[in-house]
Amino acid sequence: MMRRLTAIAMLLSCAGLGVFLILSALRENIVFFLVPSDIAALEVDDSSAGNNGAKKNDNRNESSDISDERRDERIVGRRIRLGGLVVEGSLAHDETSGEISFVLTDGQARVAVNYRGILPDLFREGQGVVAIGEVTSRSSDTSMRATFRAERVLAKHDEYYMPRGLEKSLKKRDLWREEP
Amino acid sequence: MKKLLRLTTPSSVRSLSNNLRGFCLLGAVLCGGFGVAWGALFAPADYLQGESVRIIYLHVPSAILSSVLYGTMALFSAIFLITRLSAFALLCQAIAPIGLLYTALCIVTGSIWGKLSWGAWWVWDARLTSLLVLFFLYIGYFALNDAFSERARARIATSVLVLVGAIDLPIIKFSVEWWYSLHQPASLLRRGGSTIHPEILQPLLLSIVGASFFAAWATFMVYENISLSIRLQRLESSDSA
Repeated sequence: MMRRLTAIAMLLSCAGLGVFLILSALRENIVFFLVPSDIAALEVDDSSAGNNGAKKNDNRNESSDISDERRDERIVGRRIRLGGLVVEGSLAHDETSGEISFVLTDGQARVAVNYRGILPDLFREGQGVVAIGEVTSRSSDTSMRATFRAERVLAKHDEYYMPRGLEKSLKKRDLWREEP
Repeated sequence: MKKLLRLTTPSSVRSLSNNLRGFCLLGAVLCGGFGVAWGALFAPADYLQGESVRIIYLHVPSAILSSVLYGTMALFSAIFLITRLSAFALLCQAIAPIGLLYTALCIVTGSIWGKLSWGAWWVWDARLTSLLVLFFLYIGYFALNDAFSERARARIATSVLVLVGAIDLPIIKFSVEWWYSLHQPASLLRRGGSTIHPEILQPLLLSIVGASFFAAWATFMVYENISLSIRLQRLESSDSA
């Protein structure tokens, strides 16, 4: 009986360790979205990934740092899911072209998003959303890190549930979302 | 502890099931019926999501039970593998269809809720994906159970599968904390207490209790069914002998 118990404990810990290793290796693929300040990190990944094989020879004569222009080329056109909060007052709707634009932030960097389509019901300023699409341009300026063309916009809602009307009185009393 | 385990025989579980079944059904009808009706008709609409928040009274109980039932199966599988007491393997067999039912209900209600709130029926987010893995673990249980002609072997094989699959449970629970996901973080079982307003929380808790009673009742019914079919097989084989 003790032998079986040890065998089971061994089985579980081995399988657990295996799953842990797989999940940590796949970490970047499991996150559902990137945030605006991740776009800076994306370039670093790109340049290190491009440093092998034939490209290495091409780059040999250049300085080790890849120029900003080249980085822009790599990040532009890349399909990602970008998540963040919609900046208050940034939502604009062009009636003639049907173009919708808003700014996403993660508190550090901002990205300007353009979208043509239907926004989900829960979409509102100050609320979290995930935009699926591609980066159209990039800059080193964190106040507007990149521009983004979204093909789809998903609304995210948080873990707070409360009756209608209550949030207004909470806001008035400054009790709104004290904890992060 | 060992003595207590020894007392767990297929027939003692069956008499326990006979004694508790009526009580469980009563609990399921009263708590579940009252909880869901309260939530659907009288509880307030959410400040952000409006009326669609009412799916919570089906989605959260089924989500909790899909994991809790699997966890129970994993515990019984471990006990079975260590002690080889067949009652625990039979209990696993009885829980599995109920767990699968709740997992399917969780996915369907979650999908509807996702369409209403996020704007997508399905996304490959860590929470959704790990729950889909749980769904396939249940399916795998049935497939493996049917793959053996010898019962004793089937029980050992399925127990090992269920036990190893239990690694998915903490992944489901913490998927919303470990990775950025579209699904919101935990609002019920979290540090610092629930983030659900009492007016929504109370009918929700009642629905969870009702769903648990229903799961217990349904498990006992399936258990009764399994023990009767085993008995029938024995009678048939003794007849032909």
